[in-house]
Amino acid sequence: MDAKDYQGLSVQDMIAEKRKKRKVFSMDRIMPVVLLLTACVSVLTTLGILFTLLFETFSFFERVSIGEFLTGQKWYPFSDPGSFGILPLISGTLKVTLIAVIVAVPIGLATAIFLSEYASDRTRRIIKPIMEVLAGVPTIVYGFFALTFVTPILREWFPSIEIFNALSPGIVIGIMITPTIASLSEDAMSSVPQAMREGALGLGSTKLEVAFKVVLPAAISGIVASIVLGVSRAIGETMIVAVAGGSTPNLSWDITSSIQTMTAYIVQVSQGDAGYGTTIYYSIYAVGFTLFLFTLVMNLLAQYVSRRFKEEY
Amino acid sequence: MSLAVSRRNIKVKLINHEIVKKKMKSRLYKNVLFKGIFLLATLFGLLVLGILLYRVISQGIGYLDWQFMNSLPSRKPEEAGIYTALNGTIWLMFVVAPVSLILGVGTAIYLEEYAKKNRFTTFIQINISNLAGVPSVVFGLLGLTIFVRALALGTSVLAAGLTMSLLILPVIIVAAQEAIRAVPKQLREASFGMGATKWQTIVRVVMPAAIPGILTGAILALSRAIGETAPLVVLGLPLFLAFLPNSFLDTLTVLPMQIYNWTSRPQVEFQALAAAAILVLLVLLIAMNSIAVIIRNKFQKRL
Repeated sequence: MDAKDYQGLSVQDMIAEKRKKRKVFSMDRIMPVVLLLTACVSVLTTLGILFTLLFETFSFFERVSIGEFLTGQKWYPFSDPGSFGILPLISGTLKVTLIAVIVAVPIGLATAIFLSEYASDRTRRIIKPIMEVLAGVPTIVYGFFALTFVTPILREWFPSIEIFNALSPGIVIGIMITPTIASLSEDAMSSVPQAMREGALGLGSTKLEVAFKVVLPAAISGIVASIVLGVSRAIGETMIVAVAGGSTPNLSWDITSSIQTMTAYIVQVSQGDAGYGTTIYYSIYAVGFTLFLFTLVMNLLAQYVSRRFKEEY
Repeated sequence: MSLAVSRRNIKVKLINHEIVKKKMKSRLYKNVLFKGIFLLATLFGLLVLGILLYRVISQGIGYLDWQFMNSLPSRKPEEAGIYTALNGTIWLMFVVAPVSLILGVGTAIYLEEYAKKNRFTTFIQINISNLAGVPSVVFGLLGLTIFVRALALGTSVLAAGLTMSLLILPVIIVAAQEAIRAVPKQLREASFGMGATKWQTIVRVVMPAAIPGILTGAILALSRAIGETAPLVVLGLPLFLAFLPNSFLDTLTVLPMQIYNWTSRPQVEFQALAAAAILVLLVLLIAMNSIAVIIRNKFQKRL
């Protein structure tokens, strides 16, 4: 090639020429827009949930007054005229959640302390995957377990318990959220700097004292957040209570008799053939909206706790 | 000198070695006791998993044979099978896997590579973590209103698949974001330095490095979709179905729905059928989880 051909051609010119040739609709222009659109789907989903629930709940409140819904103490949607007081459903949900928390918090925290403070690396490598498996078991399987294993055992011990009750699904939901609490709390405890432990050990503390007086206070934001997330999952849990909790909404503190939670009511109505446009049809949205608010408050609380009380090291 | 003496006196008062020694025993004893308690609590989880598996296997293994896999559901327990349910689950995955992967990975790429740090980006991020906490039954209500009624898809494979895709979308987004974030910055800068455009860098450098992580997260998310029941019940999918879907607009039933149907019947035979179907579901999930773990272990060390 002749060197003359390149005279007067600088690199800048070559770049400019190449840039001119570049297509107007290049991937580099299209893709950011396309990707932004996909990112908007998640926002649209939230908006969709909010507007769906709001509109249909509004239709419900055209038929049933807000006052009756919020303060009524009877939930008999299938009688004529039906009564729609959500308190019995909330009481069912809270009973089950409370039992679940009583089961899951001590076991979950004890597991987290054991894994982060006492267990060797090898033990941790064996136990953590098992916790993941427990967390991945479908809830319908837990429901089956509650109805065919836990309930019969409970009835053997306390014959007065009904086949459908709050205790059995409560215990099983507790088992279900234990891995969540254990694993998130363990993450929080493991991220406490080793130097803090060694300082306390050097002053003559036992491992137990290190765990309770150094690690727990330092990791408290993560631990509380994990518990709140567990509670939120317990409130929203559906299949376990639908299978083992029964379908009799009642407003009481009795945990031995049949109950109904908000989630189980939605499932019950969806399974039956409540026609589109009936009050019962709209009622599942009002119940769903209440449920959504409960879990939203819990999730925001978890985020607030983990941000506000986070100790930075 | 007097100062030194007084200091020593204080020290002696502060640490009384006899009291320390006396307390030492009970402190050490407590430590061992609590270690035992913590260990028992940890083993409780293993115990539950063991009992659960034992119960399901001992109840269901008798029904688990080729005929069970290849029969339609039936009123007679000895003839019933999971043919429609298993096929429905596979059909569902044909919708959920591509839709949730495209949307999830797209969102993750946007957030990690393109998004500026402004309010809108923070809003999307917070929105995703809140979406992950919405109960699945509420997603069912969303699907019922939008897909089943407004778009008139009915209780079809498409409606069920889209609902499930939205349900697992937050999980896939977060997993993909973590995988993309784990790709070292130097790789991108080397690519830019060689004159590659942003999109070329993403497709040829970032994605190949991030794909194992994305796949692991996606498989775990899909296994959640396979086991999920509540939203599909709310959509109104039939609990009993004696034919297979021919297209994405036909109705379907899935494994968890079949299990739910059999579990809620009082007869012992149907509960055994439920246990057998649970076995199939668990084997499916364990297989998917193993694949995810293998991918994670195989590619983890490369970067």
